[in-house]
Amino acid sequence: MPTFIPLLPLVLALPLAGVVLLVLFGGRIGGRASGWLATTMVGFAFLLSLAIAFEYEGLREAPASSGTEADHALDDEGSHSVEEHGASPEWPVIERKLWRWMRVNRSLPLVVAAEPLAVGDTIDETMLDIVDVPYTDALGILDLSISVHRMWSADQALGLVARDAIEVGEVLSDMNVSAGADQIRPLGIPEAVGDFSLDVGLRLDWLSVLMLLVITGVGFLIHIYSTGYMAHDPDRRRYFTYLNLFVFSMLVLVLGSSFLTLFVGWELVGACSYLLIGFWHRSEANASAGRKAFIVNRIGDLAFLVGMMLLWTHFGSLAFGDVLPRAAELTGLAAIAAPLLLLGGATGKSAQIPLYVWLPDAMAGPTPVSALIHAATMVTAGVYMIARVHPLFDNAPGAMAAVAVVGGATALIAALIALVQVDIKRVLAYSTVSQLGYMFMAVGSGAYVAGVFHLMTHAFFKALLFLGAGSLMHAMEHGAEHAGEHPEALDGIPYEQDMRHMGGLLRRAPRTGWTFLIGGLALAGVFPLAGFWSKDEILLEVLAHGGGLYTALYAVGLLTAFLTALYTGRQLLLVLFGEPRSEAAAQAGESPLSMTVPLIVLAVLSIVGGLPVLSALGAPFPERLGDVLGHHAVEGLDKIVLALIASAAALAGLGLAWWMYGRRVPDLGLMAGRAGAASRVLWGKLYVDEAYHILFVAPFVRIARVLWKFVDNGLVDGAVNGVGRSLLAAGQWSRRWQGGRVRGYGLSILLGAALMVAWLFVAAP
Amino acid sequence: MLETANAQGFPLLSLTVFLPLAGAVLIALMPKRHPLLDFAIAIMTAGAAFALSTGMLAGYDSDWMVNSPRAAFQFADPATPARWLPGGITFQIGVDGISIVLVWLTTLLSLLALLFSATAVRVRVREYIALMLILETGILGVFCALDLFLFYVFWEAALIPMILLIGIWGGSRRIYASYKFLLYTMAGSALMLVAIIGLAQWAGNGSFHYFDVIGGMVRPALDQRFGIPGTTFAMDLRVALFAAFALAFAVKVPLFPFHTWLPDAHVEAPTAGSVILAGVLLKMGTYGFVRFALPLFPEVAHAAAPWFLTLAVIGIWYGAWVAFAQEDMKSLVAYSSVSHMGIIMLGIFALNAIGMAGGVLQMVNHGLTTGALFLLVGMLYERAHTREIAAFGGLWSAMPRFSVLFLIILFASVGLPGTNGFVGEWLSLLGAYQAHPVWGILGAFGVILGALYMLSMFQRVFFGPQSELSASMTDLTAREIAVLLPLVVLVLWIGIYPATFLDPIEATSTVWAAALRAGAEVAVGP
Amino acid sequence: MNAVPLGHWLLLTTALFGVGAAGVLLRRNVMIVLMSVELMLNAVNIALVAAARAHGQIEGQLFVFFSLTVAAAEVAVGLALVVAIWRSLGRTDVDDVSVMHG
Repeated sequence: MPTFIPLLPLVLALPLAGVVLLVLFGGRIGGRASGWLATTMVGFAFLLSLAIAFEYEGLREAPASSGTEADHALDDEGSHSVEEHGASPEWPVIERKLWRWMRVNRSLPLVVAAEPLAVGDTIDETMLDIVDVPYTDALGILDLSISVHRMWSADQALGLVARDAIEVGEVLSDMNVSAGADQIRPLGIPEAVGDFSLDVGLRLDWLSVLMLLVITGVGFLIHIYSTGYMAHDPDRRRYFTYLNLFVFSMLVLVLGSSFLTLFVGWELVGACSYLLIGFWHRSEANASAGRKAFIVNRIGDLAFLVGMMLLWTHFGSLAFGDVLPRAAELTGLAAIAAPLLLLGGATGKSAQIPLYVWLPDAMAGPTPVSALIHAATMVTAGVYMIARVHPLFDNAPGAMAAVAVVGGATALIAALIALVQVDIKRVLAYSTVSQLGYMFMAVGSGAYVAGVFHLMTHAFFKALLFLGAGSLMHAMEHGAEHAGEHPEALDGIPYEQDMRHMGGLLRRAPRTGWTFLIGGLALAGVFPLAGFWSKDEILLEVLAHGGGLYTALYAVGLLTAFLTALYTGRQLLLVLFGEPRSEAAAQAGESPLSMTVPLIVLAVLSIVGGLPVLSALGAPFPERLGDVLGHHAVEGLDKIVLALIASAAALAGLGLAWWMYGRRVPDLGLMAGRAGAASRVLWGKLYVDEAYHILFVAPFVRIARVLWKFVDNGLVDGAVNGVGRSLLAAGQWSRRWQGGRVRGYGLSILLGAALMVAWLFVAAP
Repeated sequence: MLETANAQGFPLLSLTVFLPLAGAVLIALMPKRHPLLDFAIAIMTAGAAFALSTGMLAGYDSDWMVNSPRAAFQFADPATPARWLPGGITFQIGVDGISIVLVWLTTLLSLLALLFSATAVRVRVREYIALMLILETGILGVFCALDLFLFYVFWEAALIPMILLIGIWGGSRRIYASYKFLLYTMAGSALMLVAIIGLAQWAGNGSFHYFDVIGGMVRPALDQRFGIPGTTFAMDLRVALFAAFALAFAVKVPLFPFHTWLPDAHVEAPTAGSVILAGVLLKMGTYGFVRFALPLFPEVAHAAAPWFLTLAVIGIWYGAWVAFAQEDMKSLVAYSSVSHMGIIMLGIFALNAIGMAGGVLQMVNHGLTTGALFLLVGMLYERAHTREIAAFGGLWSAMPRFSVLFLIILFASVGLPGTNGFVGEWLSLLGAYQAHPVWGILGAFGVILGALYMLSMFQRVFFGPQSELSASMTDLTAREIAVLLPLVVLVLWIGIYPATFLDPIEATSTVWAAALRAGAEVAVGP
Repeated sequence: MNAVPLGHWLLLTTALFGVGAAGVLLRRNVMIVLMSVELMLNAVNIALVAAARAHGQIEGQLFVFFSLTVAAAEVAVGLALVVAIWRSLGRTDVDDVSVMHG
């Protein structure tokens, strides 16, 4: 008897309640209490999620008998379980409709004659059928019009045909058709009104359970961290309101039972991201970064929106339970267009080529935000979404290949750019873009489980790295305060984020330093940390997919793994090891416990999060995910050899990093794009932002001015005023004939009369 | 004649429509020197009208398709049309699911505009209040009239107070703006009067009543379809009559390229005037399309739909693009209206149930959000005496409450899910996509363009370093928050649970769309 | 009896009418204008009488009586106006009383 699963809406309600309470009473309880209120809300949500996960685990059934037990258990309040996959899932998919959001179209069961009737027939009840006619069905309405026309007098407001027709049935029994049309099909009373509606509903399966745990779990840790990190910010209340709102939105995204509900969360997380990136809004740059993120995301959302319209047109529904089992019904252009449009949405949210440009700028926000939104959760929404709707992608190999290619290209390019960055957060940002590309490569190879697996491990170690970076920045600020001097900002990068000012921080801030090191090694894919397992899984699956394209992608993946280890090693060496390169680094201090405890928890997760042994203990991997995403057995490849190759790439990367940055004191003068043409191009981020500016932004702004000043004020309004002026001129001209001079009138009368007489003489004969 | 349900037997609707007028008369009769008393009367009558219309909205039976099929037009008053003027002109008002929400919106915005005006207006207060109340009656009449001539009377009656409001209490170029508004709208509506008279003669058999005219319009087409000789009038005459209606409505909407009166009128109008103008007056145009131009000429509407959809899409793009370049907050909001009204037109001219429901809901949404935006800009102007975007910057720190409210309304304006804007836009675009994917896709670009101009403006006003002007600003007073709060609540309400408004709308639009389609199929052939 | 042909009469009346019209349009003295109007009226009267006689019908001649009556009334009103103008302005020039024109 489940007790917690029916409480699923409460998981959403808790952070939302946090938002409402903070908006209403936050001012009264102060910043510190606000932070703890928000943290408590997310903490309870996490506990509830855990309970739900364990309970869901217990719902496992024998594969043959499909979930009667669950049906009974969840009968209350409209819950019901849905069978979806042919391959007999072992856990029920639980869907729960919360409320009808939009009723968009009603259908109307109508009474019609079973056979067309001839003129003069008398109708009795045996000749009638009930059919379900969508109200807008032209034919049904056409029939309505006919019968109405016959039945009712002209006064009967025939424009309201459909409505009046309903009354036809009331007089059906004594109706005698006698009018002049040749065939008439009478229609009658509706029995009930059905409708196609768009509902707000929740869906629980292993995929959403996993996401639920990651979001509330990592979210909870980051909330705790934030109470320390933001302790001195006067705007804490606003910060925690946004953060709670974000957790709520993200939960809507992963729990939604339809494309539309997913899209609600999809856009809301974008809005929260906008608000949090621009959180320190006094700086123009932060505000611009937020706006850029929102607008670039919206470009992706446009594609998503069009994709939903396409799906709605084909399926008449947007519920996953209606659309996904019928995905194979899509054929032709729609079959490829629908997944490609969804991919367009995913490239925006998950920062893939061509829409990745917003994510590096998004680091303008507070660092915990970067960890939560721009590394662990929101940016993985694209991967989640593709995994969620994978039948649509399975149905279109071309779209799959597009996903994989986008992912591969992004992974490689972002890793290259990360190589030359000196801003500690920017390295991580490009690393995130690159790792997201990895996940795309996985889901683009049909390896949805591996993609989501990497999503989870990445959430652990990347959140750890970002939080660690935040803690290190904290340590640097602390050190600068102690030293009484701030190192100067180079290349416009604040000193506390500039790796050129760091070094040797492992000793100064050991808890942060060691956890940061673990996170970095996990990212690099060192055995047996979490990143190793998931990355290995992805490479394996890509190669196993077969075909020239995927073999090339495997090579790209391997190269990216090498590059990842290289820039990660570089970062670890520059930050943690060597001698301090500034007074601030030399006197840096450890952060408070509220910040380091989450780091330690995340470090533990980064170590054990990928271990296969965990699945035996009931962690949701990988068969449980396979329950939703399809089981996928890789055969014919030597897994050990491939794992060794991947490990070799990672170790080679770390080795090269040591050779370049660890062996001797690194040459700071060669950083930030000063080590030759290639490094300059990479430092300039391949000039993509500049190209977008020249191609899109600048013309848009210029055309806007031209449209306003020239077209609108000049042409369109000019035309209107021109009409006005010409009428005025005509009036001025004709005014002269009405000057009040009687003699003038007389003369014109005389001339007119003379003309008429002359005309008579000319025309009369 | 179709009877309409008026279960109460109580003239609820008439009371709603004419209460504000009665208030205006009362104020005119009051002795002078009591501006507070005048306001009290105005707010009481407007509030009573709002309460009554809320009651009607709650009491509107959306399931009439099952329960009482004849009750699309509810609260009709009088129950059967009364003779009003010689020549077949009758008096009857009633509301269906489309008009009831607009009636409710009108009473709400009028009340809020009056509340806002209590401090904003300092000269000729009595005249101002009286005109606002007369305006309210005029607009309500437009949305309720069931007789074409009555509709025309209200249509023009709503115009006059608006012109006076702009011309007397407006900004520096108020005379130019009010003349432009007057001439533009009159030029449109003059032809409509001709068309109404023509329709009454040819289709209504001398009756101006809506049901008579619409029955007369559809019957010949049906006759023709089934080979029954009947009276019909020529297609080109139908096209001409449709064009006359469409021109009047297109100017009011305003549809590109008939929009240039709008920025002038908005920028010059006093805040409350802008609220009413953008909030409900523009809806008279779209309402006209839904109520008259489309159902009366279904076959012409179908033939003309691609043209109107094109103009709507141009409006969406063009309005947003021009809005992006604006330097004055009020004209930015004005141009954004051009863009948003394009989305409404897109939904309506999709000519299907979803699009029409979305379009009508978007009318309500646009009324709420744009009304709120004008109120917000007005509150800012009262403090700063400028609306120039560049003069502000960093306003958030000085006015946090104002900023949060502005932000929520902004999100509604860009159609973020969870706010009303999303529901309306989504349904409109979905309908347009079903009519033809190209329209849906082109229209959907509005979501990007809307975000562009709105966020740019928001950033320049609220973020960045604080300007001197911004630093001197004080946050909202309790009264101002009280004016804005209902709008914010509604924005979220409709975004989360739109059924309150969508159910009546959808019940009606489904039938209208079906009838439209049937009418067109009949005239053109399947 | 050899009557004068109708055409001659009409020529005469046209000439008289032309003289009268020219007087109305060109002269400024109110008295002269008034006399010119009389001239035009009487030219029409002559034409009516001549046409009535030529066609052997009585209506034309009858109508002339009406016309004469109206002309008499008009002269009475006209002269009263002239006197009024003379008294108020001391002159009888039409251009001096053009203040009413739009």
